[in-house]
Amino acid sequence: MRPDQPLIDWAWIAEHLDDIGLRLVQHLGISALAVAIGLAIAMALALWARRSPGLRGPVTGVTGVLYTIPSLAMFAALVPFTGLTLLTAEIPLVVYTLLILFRNIMAGFDGVPAEVNEAADGMGYRSSERLRQIELPLAVPLIIAGVRLASVSTIGLVMIVSLLGRNFGGLGVLITEGIQTFFATKVYVGAALSVALAVAADLALVALERRATPWAQGVAIDIAQGPIRTPEWIP
Amino acid sequence: MSGPSSPDRTTPSTRAATVAFDHVTKRYPGTRADNPGAVEDLSLEVPAGKICVLVGPSGCGKTTSLKMVNRLIEPTSGRILIDGADAARRDVTELRRSIGYVIQQVGLFPHQTVGENVATVPRLLGWPEARRRERSEELLGLVGLDPATYRDRYPAQLSGGERQRVGVARALAADPPVMLMDEPFGAVDPIVRERLQNEFLRLQADLAKTILFVTHDIDEAIKIGDLVAVMQVGGHLAQFGTPEEILANPASDFVARFVGADRGLKRLALARVESLELRPAITARPGDDAAAARSRILADPFEYLLLVDALDRPIGWLAERQVPTSGVLSEAMAASMSPILDRRTTLKDALAMLIDAEVQAGIVVDRRGVLRGLVTVDMIVERMRSPVAAATSAAGPPG
Amino acid sequence: MDTLTATVAWLLDPSHWAGGDGIPTRIAEHLAISTASLLAAAAVALPVGAFIGHTGRGGTLAVNVANLGRAIPSYAVLVIVLPPALQLAPVLGYDPSFGLSEIPTFTAMFLLAIPPILVNTYAGLRGVDRDLVESARGMGLREGQILARLEVPLSIGVIVGGIRTAAVQVVATATLGAVVAYGGLGRYIIDGIARHENDRLFAGVVLVAGLALITEGGLALVQRLATPRGLRLAARPGFGPAST
Repeated sequence: MRPDQPLIDWAWIAEHLDDIGLRLVQHLGISALAVAIGLAIAMALALWARRSPGLRGPVTGVTGVLYTIPSLAMFAALVPFTGLTLLTAEIPLVVYTLLILFRNIMAGFDGVPAEVNEAADGMGYRSSERLRQIELPLAVPLIIAGVRLASVSTIGLVMIVSLLGRNFGGLGVLITEGIQTFFATKVYVGAALSVALAVAADLALVALERRATPWAQGVAIDIAQGPIRTPEWIP
Repeated sequence: MSGPSSPDRTTPSTRAATVAFDHVTKRYPGTRADNPGAVEDLSLEVPAGKICVLVGPSGCGKTTSLKMVNRLIEPTSGRILIDGADAARRDVTELRRSIGYVIQQVGLFPHQTVGENVATVPRLLGWPEARRRERSEELLGLVGLDPATYRDRYPAQLSGGERQRVGVARALAADPPVMLMDEPFGAVDPIVRERLQNEFLRLQADLAKTILFVTHDIDEAIKIGDLVAVMQVGGHLAQFGTPEEILANPASDFVARFVGADRGLKRLALARVESLELRPAITARPGDDAAAARSRILADPFEYLLLVDALDRPIGWLAERQVPTSGVLSEAMAASMSPILDRRTTLKDALAMLIDAEVQAGIVVDRRGVLRGLVTVDMIVERMRSPVAAATSAAGPPG
Repeated sequence: MDTLTATVAWLLDPSHWAGGDGIPTRIAEHLAISTASLLAAAAVALPVGAFIGHTGRGGTLAVNVANLGRAIPSYAVLVIVLPPALQLAPVLGYDPSFGLSEIPTFTAMFLLAIPPILVNTYAGLRGVDRDLVESARGMGLREGQILARLEVPLSIGVIVGGIRTAAVQVVATATLGAVVAYGGLGRYIIDGIARHENDRLFAGVVLVAGLALITEGGLALVQRLATPRGLRLAARPGFGPAST
């Protein structure tokens, strides 16, 4: 940027808190919507794959290939079809969450000890009762670990959407405008807030997981460390 | 089980059901020649209120047989009858909720408290909250876990032995007439296992459930079972009978090898002193004429005199050479003592005590300490060799 | 179908395969910065991961730092690095265009590549059965030998998996370099959007996606070949037989 310009112009920040707040809320909204839809689709796929185990490989493969496609490419490829609409932003964002969420939900089901399922069957749980009362609650740590990864990655990807045009909103707009006008403060505010948002979302989900799984405290640290697992989507 | 609440506080079980296998076969398609887990034409009947132990090497089909009762595995052919009704015709969910099920790894639900775990089947059956809670506390007391301490803990906070107790309590929750137990004590250390076995037997004495119990440990089978079904690989029933019968008359070389070369000794653990015809002792009291006593010893092949007090309570032994030729006997003359046994002492324990004793005759006394007779090593050895079992407390073989 | 036809035509046009904006040049640029940042990240993350994995010290800290790193969007790194890189150009005496393009792109990709490699190296080594390590120590192997002969071979699949994840992310992120005037295949996408040339845009999309998939597939193969045969034969998780 211009060498004579201070790196951070605090006065500008103070004057534009409304605008910055709007971008932050937009960013959070776009991200949350994508993760929520992605979770719903991934859960449906996982329940389907749980009943028909043969689907697991194909679903993992397809979502894995989609995950590999660079985000800028996927956003850009949609523009001619869906225009500069929210749909153009949300479709790739949702698609990118699928692999992580599907894999983690399946790992959550896998992590239910065989003897727990056997005991449940032996005591007369119906399949739907076992799913709702046993398997899903026990899969919660890994599902939330997946949501954490998906949220953090989505918050990062929403930044890129703004490269396509400013009417998508979000913190990326601040960055794009900052670059175009050679105004570093805007760039820094956008970048810093996106990092802060990602970290805050991650910590909030950790707190949620603690509250949701009182039984696992001090016990399941190893399985709750979901992020250790890295994509292994093509066998 | 030991614990804050005594067994008589609990609801006495009113129900137990007979369980019968009627030509039950389970085959797995395309498995190896030895067909692990398969069951071949199994027929046996467990009377209501008895413990039947299925025992055999791994792959003999004992677990498969057990799981066919609650239909976790469906038989290829044959029927399983519970109180005469074909299990296959019952609704599978309802059937399973009416059968207690305990497995080796317990399978407690990690996300539920101990209290919730115990109340699992009552919850599935739709019992009201208050009744579930009451029942779960009653059962925790029954298995020796203080409800106030344990009710709100999670399974991860329990020791192995405590988990097994909770598993048993959970299986008992809806007062099922039949219990299936698959190596329930297999995952705990030997000391805890022994204690759990003893507590389990004490519990069963009150509850009198019909229990099918799987183990690979013949000693556990003999200890726990009213009836023992020995199975061999391929799913064949090698022998079915009381522990005493199986130890006394192994039906085949396989059974004899499986129960072990020390089956004679194992039998002794099942028999008690009361099952022997006691040998009378030659007794005398302090103050009796020594010469008369001496002549009585010489008339008997067992050359010892037992000195007893005025109430016939044993004081000690005098060998023939220790009895004076004249005068009277005195308490101080009793040179040695031998083990004191009662009617409930097992013959295995009696033998162990006698082998170390100076005078190889055990003195059997009643509850007040009064002499009833003698047990010698010879008598025990003879009992060990007898081919036909004496009456035991177990039920006879089913028809 | 118009777009598809136009894209294929654009890709087949010989003029697009030559010169400074030609496809071979752009692929070379894309691969150059990807390789450089991946190697730099590996040079840092592999030794650190191996050290904490072998000793078990500082593992939780490293994993948490790495996870925090994942929370930082690459695009944010790119633009955060940009202003100081530009301002430092006269001070350190490099070309301002280098500060505009190469430095931010490289930094973003380097930081992006570290967490997967570090975490997988650490987790892979920690995943080696401690009894094996103990028995190796008992047989008199030195720590370096345990690492080289036991821990690394047994966890090589997981380690390569981390490199693979990093590589795919790096190749995808190199596309963003075009935003800060770096070349690479992202150039076609950014220019396609700017000039409203859908054929150019889609050619860029196809090329970038293809490169990412080739990277992914190629490294998956490497991962498989690197895994010792004995481990590949081990059962896949999740489908264990019921106990009898």
